[in-house]
Amino acid sequence: MNVLGPDLFLVIAAAVLIAGGIYLVLERSLTRIAVGLVLVGNGVNILFLITGGPRGGAPIVDLTPEEAMSDPLPQAMMLTAIVITLALTAFLVAMAHRSWQLHRHDEVQDDLEDRRIARIAALQSAQERGDSVRVTLDEEAAEVRDETADITEEHWLAEEDVR
Amino acid sequence: MTWLVPLPVVIPLAGAGLAVALGRRSQLQRTVSVLSLTAVLAASLTMLFTVDNGPLVVQVGDWPAPIGISLVADRLSALMLVISSAVTLCVLLFALAQDLALGDPDSPVAIFHPTYLVLTAGVAISFLAGDLFNLYVGFEVLLAASYVLITLGGTRARIRAGTIYVIMAIASSTIFLLAVALTYSATGTVNMAQLAGRLAEIDPGIRLTLQMLLLVAFAVKAAIFPLSAWLPDSYPTAPAPVTAVFAGLLTKVGIYAMLRIQTLLFGEGPADTILMWAALATMLVGILGAVAQSDLKRLLSFTLVSHIGLMVFGIALSSEAGLAGAIFYVLHHITVQTSLFLVAGLIERREGTTSLNRLGGLARSAPLLAALFLIPAFNLSGIPPLSGFLGKLGLLQAGVQASTPLAYVLVGGSLLTSLLTLYVFVKAWNKAFWQPAVEPTSATRLPAGMIGTASALVVLGFVLTLAAGPLFDYATEAARDLHARTPYIEAILGAVR
Repeated sequence: MNVLGPDLFLVIAAAVLIAGGIYLVLERSLTRIAVGLVLVGNGVNILFLITGGPRGGAPIVDLTPEEAMSDPLPQAMMLTAIVITLALTAFLVAMAHRSWQLHRHDEVQDDLEDRRIARIAALQSAQERGDSVRVTLDEEAAEVRDETADITEEHWLAEEDVR
Repeated sequence: MTWLVPLPVVIPLAGAGLAVALGRRSQLQRTVSVLSLTAVLAASLTMLFTVDNGPLVVQVGDWPAPIGISLVADRLSALMLVISSAVTLCVLLFALAQDLALGDPDSPVAIFHPTYLVLTAGVAISFLAGDLFNLYVGFEVLLAASYVLITLGGTRARIRAGTIYVIMAIASSTIFLLAVALTYSATGTVNMAQLAGRLAEIDPGIRLTLQMLLLVAFAVKAAIFPLSAWLPDSYPTAPAPVTAVFAGLLTKVGIYAMLRIQTLLFGEGPADTILMWAALATMLVGILGAVAQSDLKRLLSFTLVSHIGLMVFGIALSSEAGLAGAIFYVLHHITVQTSLFLVAGLIERREGTTSLNRLGGLARSAPLLAALFLIPAFNLSGIPPLSGFLGKLGLLQAGVQASTPLAYVLVGGSLLTSLLTLYVFVKAWNKAFWQPAVEPTSATRLPAGMIGTASALVVLGFVLTLAAGPLFDYATEAARDLHARTPYIEAILGAVR
């Protein structure tokens, strides 16, 4: 029986999956975030496999002698977690699709509070510079991403027509 | 009486199945959901009195304790179940009166009822879970339902809000799952009673790591600063009943989980100091955020975040008095915050907006609505003799009892928060209710059922005040159980040793 520590291969696999997943979660596109969350989820599932201790036979009575069995509990938990991740991934992807239907992109949008602060900051810096405020403000507003401003349905349809 | 324990989970789940099957017959569907939630309320109330003689335990599938799944109802679980089922029932009736399923063209939805029932089942699983993994499953059940509810109808604003909400929730669940895996690896069990013993034996560094991982996962759910930014951004866009039940209940499930693991699994330790500072920051940042808002729903979301800080303060004190104060405050806050959001829903329905700059003159044009807003607003700010005052008093007394410098800072912070809460509500009151409107809005008549259910919740807040004596005693008993730990452990594992 394997009495060494955790399986090195599994540890590396979990580390790579989680690291890659976190990198993707930090992206702006919802599709990439979904892929990232799947990777992290699978990484954590592999961690569960490691927590089961050294590998052993299938934990079925009469098939494997009791001392050679692997720990079945983490596997049960893993299975549950896999099902949950599957369902949530489906939901995320559906949401990305809906977002694409509505906006033609699936980017996660700015926090409302951040946007307001950015607007106030833009206004202030424009006033401090003493520039002709109107022009500068427009410039600043163009620089700051503004997808949270309420776009009315008509406006949006008009945009569609242009396209 | 152990057959009572699984009922709050089984009834709504069965009801949800039926409600899906009855998707095309909305009248029957409504009857099913109302009946199931009423049954859950009855079961929880019975449980509340039964567990006074000791916790009830069910080993699911008759697998013995450390191997199988245990459902445990002790005083804390029963209290949380009673208040949550009362509030969910009220909100369901409100939603029915609002005719969410039929009236609003952009919410399609036969899916509202089953999802809502699954949500209540998930909340019940979390309150009854006797092992960490089952707690995780409970969280996932209620979160999955909440994803559907927050994006109901899939409109532009809701998808935007839902994106943030779903990603944050999944991220925190992943952290929770990671913590469960590491806990199993360190101790070889996920059963809470067994963990209580084994965690004391492992290396303190590893124990602290596990504790912090779990706390971070729950802090995201409970919206504790600095992990709270998602909440005011995502809650206000959902339909009014959904926002109300999310604001009232979902964050409190996080608080419940923190209460449970802090008392049962880890006990006093260095994490308490971190929680203290987090509590202070949550209170102050939350309420200062509320001061800056000009929309009623967003303003309420920020006060929600801020008052979570008070409960964390009680948990961080980890004295009996602190825990009792936190438990009572949770009960008070669930009711009051939900009623405030329902009233905001009423205002939106009547005036078509919740922007404080556009509302005005409501005190004259809708005096009943004004009263319904004012009472919970005063209650939340802690005006005597309402339950908010009593809850804060309990927490402050516990803080003074602890008499460490940090506890005194927190006491000061709580007082400041209460004062600022009052300021926020006075401001909202002046703008929306006293000042004449800038331009007159076209008011629609409110269905009597909506006003009735919102009033029922406000009255429930009153009942909490009137029954505060026995309720506080019960909360103190619950806190004593939590602090002693043995009743819970012995109920699950039997009196081994």
